[in-house]
Amino acid sequence: MEKQKSKISDVVREKNTTVRNQYYNQYVKQVTPTFSTVKNCVMAYIIGGAICVIGQGLTSFFLSRTGDMELSKAYTTLCLIFLSILSTGLGFYQKLAKYGGAGTLVPITGFANSVAAPAVEYKKEGQVFGIGCKVFTIAGPVILYGIFTSWVLGLIYYILKQIGIV
Amino acid sequence: MSQKNSDNKHEVGINNKKMVGKQSIAFENPPYIIAAASIAGKKEGEGPLGNLFDQVVEDSMFGQDNWEAAESELMKMTAQRALMKAELKNTDIRYLVGGDLLGQLIATSFGIAELNIPLFGVYGACSTMGEAMSLGAILVDGAYAKKVIAITSSHFAGAEKQFRFPLDYGNQRPYSASWTVTGSGAVILSDQKSQKKKEGEPDIVITGVTTGKIVDYGIKDSMNMGAAMAPAAFETIKQNFEDFNIKPDYYDKIITGDLGYVGKDILIDLLNEKNYDISKRHMDCGIEIYDQETQDTHAGGSGCGCSAITFCSYVLKQLKEGIWKRVLFVPTGALLSQVSFNEGNTVPGIAHGVMVEAR
Repeated sequence: MEKQKSKISDVVREKNTTVRNQYYNQYVKQVTPTFSTVKNCVMAYIIGGAICVIGQGLTSFFLSRTGDMELSKAYTTLCLIFLSILSTGLGFYQKLAKYGGAGTLVPITGFANSVAAPAVEYKKEGQVFGIGCKVFTIAGPVILYGIFTSWVLGLIYYILKQIGIV
Repeated sequence: MSQKNSDNKHEVGINNKKMVGKQSIAFENPPYIIAAASIAGKKEGEGPLGNLFDQVVEDSMFGQDNWEAAESELMKMTAQRALMKAELKNTDIRYLVGGDLLGQLIATSFGIAELNIPLFGVYGACSTMGEAMSLGAILVDGAYAKKVIAITSSHFAGAEKQFRFPLDYGNQRPYSASWTVTGSGAVILSDQKSQKKKEGEPDIVITGVTTGKIVDYGIKDSMNMGAAMAPAAFETIKQNFEDFNIKPDYYDKIITGDLGYVGKDILIDLLNEKNYDISKRHMDCGIEIYDQETQDTHAGGSGCGCSAITFCSYVLKQLKEGIWKRVLFVPTGALLSQVSFNEGNTVPGIAHGVMVEAR
């Protein structure tokens, strides 16, 4: 408490704007409540884990029916994306994410949500300028840098292969 | 609640000329607030001030096709409601001074188009109600208009879409984030007393204004607008005290717009450093409008509508009932856009002080 008080008086007394802004940012950091990281991690583990359990359940189900692991994985992905988009449309995924945090962001359902949500929002602005232009406003960076990283890695792999290391 | 001591001295000082101190005006013919209207969304209706609004609309689309049209409709309804309450027609109004949060003020321009009133569109982010009332009062006091509407609106979904993420995108809101109020508030300012007021009810007048400067203490977190705006509120309130040579006890309430829980504490701390203790008479519209415990709004309400509907319902009611005599209404705004934020700029704040009195 003593420390905080001295901070705000530093802010008010400081004549140099840059230094004052530094003091103020420090002071604000002290007085702004933040989430508990531990609680966030636990919630992400539970909700993210639950999504993965559903995924595993689906894979096992499809595997028992088809006997083909690759096919079962593809079906699982499709089902999870479908469920995510459906719950986005029904306004449920947002509520889940409020508690799940990274647990809802990291699985493929999070990616699906980040594409479906702009599609719902921007539909009013038309098929081309609305959905077309804005559907990847959130997922765009993931797609762009995902592809770019694959390209870079591919290039490195190619070079290593040429000089006989791999 | 009201402290009377040496106030008469100040009143004489206030009324001798219009320009006061560095940033303030004392009106020679203080404009009357003859009517006000407030229309709010469902969530605001469920909040602590819910039963004070003129109307609560459950449909967040306001019968329209999209969020922007919804906000325009909301603003139109509010302007019409204010006219109805004052028993005036649109042709009785000389100017409308209004604004909202949407890009290029589309809620205002599409909303009030039908009303056919000459318009000054203004933008001060969430401080717009203070700006609109200030300019409206200047027009009336200067005899450039007999009657002026000052109006603002905001809509939760429209603001989220413009400034943050699509509504259904799954993300976590930090505790310092505020919740944009769906609502619109309008006041009608007049050079004449209200003919309609009840027996014994005081006249409500705007006695002066203190116009805020852009104040930037280097906050970059757009999810902590309370901290970004608190220094602006601090500067404007301090300037108001200095310009009029008054102390906090001149007012029964000092009402900030949407600092929220984080910004409120900062403001009180900052003013304390200048030996102004406002802790007992401070109120923040963003804190009053929602129940933090049950409505999950984190730092509180924000948006142009937040201060507007709180002023037009609760604050005016307290003044009319004589519970408060003098208030300083200080809507606060965070001046950012998605572009300025992405380009790494800070979030500067602005706050406009409006002195309102029941007499």
